[in-house]
Amino acid sequence: MTAPNAATAHLELDHIRLGYDTPHGLHTVVDDLSLALERGGIGSLLGASGCGKTTVLRAIAGFEPVRAGSIRLDGAVLSSPEVQVLPEQRRIGMMFQDYALFPHLSVAANVAFGLRRLDKAARARRVAEMLELVGLRDAADDYPHELSGGMQQRVALARALAPAPDVLLLDEPFSNLDVDTRERLAFEVRDILKSTGHTAILVTHNQAEAFAIADHIGVMAGGRIAQWDTPYNLHHHPADDFVRDFIRREALVEQREGVFARGR
Amino acid sequence: MSFSFALARRLPRFRRPESGGGWMLAAALIALAVVAPLASLAWSAMDASLAHWAHLARFVLPQALANTALLLAGVGVLVTLLGTGSAWLVSAYDFPSRGVLGWALLLPLAVPTYIIAFAYLDLLHPIGPVQTLLRDLLGYDSPRQFRLPDLRSLPGAVFVLGFVLYPYVYLSTRVMFSTQAASLLEAARTLGTGRYGVFWRVALPLARPAIAVGVSLALLETLNDIGASEFLGVQTLTVSVYTTWVTRSDLAGAAQIALTMLAIVVALILLERHGRKRQRYASTQRMRPMQPRRLRGAAAWAAVLLGWVPVLVGFVAPALYLAVETWKRLHLVGGVSDQLLAGAANTVGIAAAATAVTLACGLAVAWAGRAMRESSRPQPGRACARIASLGYAVPGTVLAIGLLLPFVLIDRGLGGVLEALTGHAPGLLLMGSSTALVIAYTLRFLAISTGALEAGLSRIPPSLEQASRLLGETGSGTLRRVHLPLLRPALAASALLVFVDAMKELPATLLLRPMNFDTLATWLYAEAARGTYEEGAVAALGIVLAGLLPVVLLARTDLKMGQRQARPGARAAAAQDPEPQKEYRTP
Repeated sequence: MTAPNAATAHLELDHIRLGYDTPHGLHTVVDDLSLALERGGIGSLLGASGCGKTTVLRAIAGFEPVRAGSIRLDGAVLSSPEVQVLPEQRRIGMMFQDYALFPHLSVAANVAFGLRRLDKAARARRVAEMLELVGLRDAADDYPHELSGGMQQRVALARALAPAPDVLLLDEPFSNLDVDTRERLAFEVRDILKSTGHTAILVTHNQAEAFAIADHIGVMAGGRIAQWDTPYNLHHHPADDFVRDFIRREALVEQREGVFARGR
Repeated sequence: MSFSFALARRLPRFRRPESGGGWMLAAALIALAVVAPLASLAWSAMDASLAHWAHLARFVLPQALANTALLLAGVGVLVTLLGTGSAWLVSAYDFPSRGVLGWALLLPLAVPTYIIAFAYLDLLHPIGPVQTLLRDLLGYDSPRQFRLPDLRSLPGAVFVLGFVLYPYVYLSTRVMFSTQAASLLEAARTLGTGRYGVFWRVALPLARPAIAVGVSLALLETLNDIGASEFLGVQTLTVSVYTTWVTRSDLAGAAQIALTMLAIVVALILLERHGRKRQRYASTQRMRPMQPRRLRGAAAWAAVLLGWVPVLVGFVAPALYLAVETWKRLHLVGGVSDQLLAGAANTVGIAAAATAVTLACGLAVAWAGRAMRESSRPQPGRACARIASLGYAVPGTVLAIGLLLPFVLIDRGLGGVLEALTGHAPGLLLMGSSTALVIAYTLRFLAISTGALEAGLSRIPPSLEQASRLLGETGSGTLRRVHLPLLRPALAASALLVFVDAMKELPATLLLRPMNFDTLATWLYAEAARGTYEEGAVAALGIVLAGLLPVVLLARTDLKMGQRQARPGARAAAAQDPEPQKEYRTP
């Protein structure tokens, strides 16, 4: 394991348990999950749908209460059974699977949404800067529905980064795009995140995406992380049979997808 | 990016998670306000000595119950025939004017029951225009030799009510036919059923749940009606409640009859729920609309004639009559009286106030329901929303009788407090002002705004709310900056519906208005009751014209379900249409 230890960690999930209440008590979705990311590190949770990876993301964002353990940022507790900082006070940004762009606001107004505490001039400067960063300077006055999927996705990235969050969460952000765009954008997003120095976590079921973006990948199954490691180690030193099978099967599926996409 | 940002954390970092408690409290209070009149009814009814009940049971109830039952049965049959028949005609056949007829069949919705009765009393009067024309054609010269049966009768009431209430059935059935039937009908044809057989064997059974929904709505309106039954001399339960209270000041008796009416209401709601449940079951598959068969020659003209009869009888004739009478009146007098203008101003003012309060309450209930849905315990919010929509089913007269006691108690309590504070009695704060009416309208029409806003909120994906929160916006800030702008179409549509319904409201207004306070509806009622017919037509025309607005809205949204395409390039088109099935999701 090459994860940074707790002393240098920026974002830290410490033995968290997540779940929801049912008439028969707590239904546990994620149990005893730990991970740590250093400042500027990019992590990825990789797993099939239903493995609990999105629940983890929602808990980091503050939409999901933590039943045990804690989530800490720079050592300060964001979530624990006793404490839950409101989502709007966490300084955590998120890119949603459906992008969640406000349909009634222009691109520029979407990006400016989280910048209310800046004065007008500073806000305009920041919006211009962010649109420049994602290469959408000319689309400032367009409305979300007038843009292609890839462009909408960049707007979502610009909007999430505009208030300079401490951590950026990405929830299957490429799943609505076609295969070729997907890979190109994944590398682009990595470049942008590395240039801004953001700590980020990507949740995905697609191995190519995870390998394209992340420094560390956690392979998830049944609400636990089977292995948290670098892409290289996952490939060459899988911790157990499950991880090895998962990586191999996924790689096969992706090859096939790639062939289909090019064949069309 | 080395960039120290001006967004320092200013709020305390640690706080318990918020629960939307404030909204929930507001929703619970609103639900309580809806239940209060029903509880007070039961209380008032028990207050009576048995002598009252014996008198009622012996002399009032049997006749009123029989009349109401016959009226409901007659209207039920008539609206089923007219509504289902016209829906099938415009769905299955193509003939000249079919497109226009499709929405024109909704026009009678703009005519309140008391107005169509008012109009036909004059139109069909023995010396009125219709009978005079008939006699001229048939060669008679005196009403003594030939006259139509008197409109002032139970069949007369069935006739006028049926022709303005059938659109409820038409609307629900039409939507059913146009979204559901095509492949099933074609399957039946390939299995050897004839063209007419499919109507009886497939289309009608398929439409039965939709018919049940439409009929129950039409019957709730019938039960609510007071003007038409009273003008036509039919002593229904509603009329009995009214006279028991107004002429005999017998609150207990009125409450007892009102409770009887509530039993019928419950039965009708159950019918409606039953229909809706089956409808939901039927509409899990989406199907192609029906391909109408083109009619030619005589068949086409027969369809045109048949199709336009309900529109002519239910809307064109009464509206034309009102327009002509209004024109005559204006021509003769050269203007309208100040009292009528004051009544119009009252109507608009009070309807506007009721609309504002109703939208605010509807928003609170819908938002609380959503906040609760996101949390782990969704039941209380849902229950509040269900209770808050009950008022729509409660007839106006029943609601008003139920509100009398709470209003008197509040007036007494508030008056006492204010007198102790200021030293002089403030008078009746609720009953003495139009506040009582605003509250009654709000309780009665809350279902419209709650329903529209709930539907609107459910089309806004939760990720928009989460995105806003993560961008630093608070819960109420998110409501203001994200949800309210996106809800604008739903807010506008329900504002229009509530405003017009409040403008038309008669039964509760009659009972709860302050002394010497008239709305257009009560003005018309008073004139018809006196038989003076002076400016009644002017007031009625005003109400009908206002009533056309929601019909246009209905024709635009409900009927076009499934036929609508997004308009490419339109700015923020996503936020403009009050379309039922539109989602703000990207594919």
